[in-house]
Amino acid sequence: MYKILSKEKLTPVIDCLKVEAPAIAKKARAGQFVIIRIDEVGERVPLTLADWDAAAGTITLVAMEIGASTCKLGGLQTGGSILNLVGPLGLPSEIEKFGTVVCVGGGVGIAPVHPIARSLRQAGNKVISIIGARNKDLLFWEDKMRLVSDELIVTTDDGSYARKGLVTEPLKEILEREKVARVVAIGPAIMMKFCSLTTKPFNVPTVVSLNSIMVDGTGMCGCCRLSVGGQTRFACVDGPEFDGHQVDWDIVFDRQKVYLKEEKEALDRWKECQCQKS
Amino acid sequence: MEEKPKAKINLNRVAMPHQDPKARAKNYSEVALGYTDAMALEEASRCIQCPKRPCVGGCPVNVDIPEFIKAVRDNDMVEAVRVLKSKNALPAVCGRVCPQETQCEQVCTLAKKQAPIAIGRLERYVADWDLGHQDKRSPTVLPPPTGKKVAVIGSGPAGLTCAADLAKFGHKVTVYEALHTAGGVLMYGIPEFRLPKKIVQSEVDYVKSLGVDVQLDSVMGKLATVDELLESGYDAVFLGTGAGLPMFLDIPGENLNGVYSANEYLTRTNLMKAYLFPEYDTPIKIGKRVAVIGGGNVAMDSARCALRLGADVVYIVYRRSRTEMPARHEEVENAEEEGIVFKMLTNPKQILGDDKGWVKAMECYEMELGEPDASGRRRPIVKQGSEFTMDVDVVVIALGTTPNPLIASTTKGLDTTKRGTVVADEQSGKTVKDRVWAGGDVVTGAATVISAMGAGKRAAASIDAFLKGQ
Repeated sequence: MYKILSKEKLTPVIDCLKVEAPAIAKKARAGQFVIIRIDEVGERVPLTLADWDAAAGTITLVAMEIGASTCKLGGLQTGGSILNLVGPLGLPSEIEKFGTVVCVGGGVGIAPVHPIARSLRQAGNKVISIIGARNKDLLFWEDKMRLVSDELIVTTDDGSYARKGLVTEPLKEILEREKVARVVAIGPAIMMKFCSLTTKPFNVPTVVSLNSIMVDGTGMCGCCRLSVGGQTRFACVDGPEFDGHQVDWDIVFDRQKVYLKEEKEALDRWKECQCQKS
Repeated sequence: MEEKPKAKINLNRVAMPHQDPKARAKNYSEVALGYTDAMALEEASRCIQCPKRPCVGGCPVNVDIPEFIKAVRDNDMVEAVRVLKSKNALPAVCGRVCPQETQCEQVCTLAKKQAPIAIGRLERYVADWDLGHQDKRSPTVLPPPTGKKVAVIGSGPAGLTCAADLAKFGHKVTVYEALHTAGGVLMYGIPEFRLPKKIVQSEVDYVKSLGVDVQLDSVMGKLATVDELLESGYDAVFLGTGAGLPMFLDIPGENLNGVYSANEYLTRTNLMKAYLFPEYDTPIKIGKRVAVIGGGNVAMDSARCALRLGADVVYIVYRRSRTEMPARHEEVENAEEEGIVFKMLTNPKQILGDDKGWVKAMECYEMELGEPDASGRRRPIVKQGSEFTMDVDVVVIALGTTPNPLIASTTKGLDTTKRGTVVADEQSGKTVKDRVWAGGDVVTGAATVISAMGAGKRAAASIDAFLKGQ
């Protein structure tokens, strides 16, 4: 059992949990992920680390309530617990002094981008961050991102806050404006694909973090496989970060949809249970 | 009383009662039902207690087979349990999944008359009796603690056996398991209907009762490296991490939706209980027409799971012929009885998808057998122009597994082979790295539960000798 030390809502549908996990906190590095199983009947859900504190022995997880499991997670409260928590998994982000780095976080992807931007800044890079969301209500951590960035640009798709538009627009402007050594883009797959397409003509190495469907997270099942540069790779052990220019995005999109029907069934069932409870 | 020297030998092996094939193809209850007391007594009485005891040598952990069988015949079950468990920490598992036909039973004196004693069935009978009579268990007397600490990585058959033996030698043992449940392949791989999970849990509980600490959710190599374990106070480390990495075919269409590795298919079904979705949260795609590629036990398990999940037709697609199939004869028979369709001498060329990225068919070659290859089996050769298409909507690839590189890649000074296995002495399990032993599939590549247990046992003896010599 892993104790939830605090839980807050960053937006009406995005939850932030601080969980007691000293062994993981001691080893965690930017870009890595954990797998949680909430309860005895739970599925194994990968979540990229949003933060950790080795001294306090805690890790921070941020999740958007999309399916039954993330809704169940959102229903947990401070003082509650998660049954299983395993990590840190995957390879850490490559952190070195590249020069100017653009960090793009879309939606709930803002959370995992934060520690990567922080590490890159600590390594001496000039960090320009772009964070975006569909609307104002889905935006969070603007303050935290500002603290770890030399420059921060905020967008909303509908213009309900800050600049109206997609994250790819300021990304393109920056690439036209100055020499960028590297781009890190984390968010919905479609956003990562278009960030990669945006940087391609500029020939700027672009790292994306793929949150594929997983079971064990240790290379055992191959559920998270994808094609990178024509080779089959596993997001759990070869990633989760890959060269966005080499990823076969069609396979990523298709494989995300494997359980759409079952996910809907589970969510409906979860909602029904909630109604019966209240 | 002296046995008569020319007592009539009974050559009628007592059959194992099974659930009816039609009924069992729709449920997850155990297929083989186990001997009744009368059946066990009859089978045990067939053993001629020959002085040569070839069966003991045929057992990778050298169970004193004639002795436990004699105890069954004498109706001294406490003694039968004692004899069995003194060599085998997981008898209820071995009695179910060991390939006895190629081990103890193959060398049984009565095997020459095609009627070897059903040692596996008797082993299961004794182990199940023990699980049902835990009140009669005499507590294992452990020696005084040696003060030595050993870390065992992996809680599969090799790790559990090694841990149990080390505990019995008086060492303090911590087992680290990556998943949320201990048991390794016994939990995630072998299905409920062949090895009920409560049986595995009882065996794990028995190992824990010896004072072994089991830490779940611990991916070693990530959470701590082997060197960090050694620095943090462990006197020795045993690697029993198995062969968990699935092999794929490397043919077009392998990443389509509906294509599973057997590992994923079985893990979702067994460990995550996807067959109980939506009561359990983990889903699995229930195919109408399922093709399982491969001819081993894992292929049989996958095919029989597919049937139970609700498929209309399930194929085993295997590139050689029935004779070369590596699966246990008993499992092939079970699968066939349940209605699995065997497509022998067939090899996939590509998997075809629909416009939504889902499997819709598989194109295969017909094969023929040529000269024997390195494995000694006749090599399958493609029949040119023999391509044909099978309509399927789920494909499960059961071609075998290789060791997970997580430990090897994070441990300096370990020797590994091209196949990814860790190099260790066959007898002792000692690796070239100081204070590190390894055994089971991580050393041999995918093999059997009992051979992994044998390796765990030998490594425990070697570790004990090392620790006591310190």
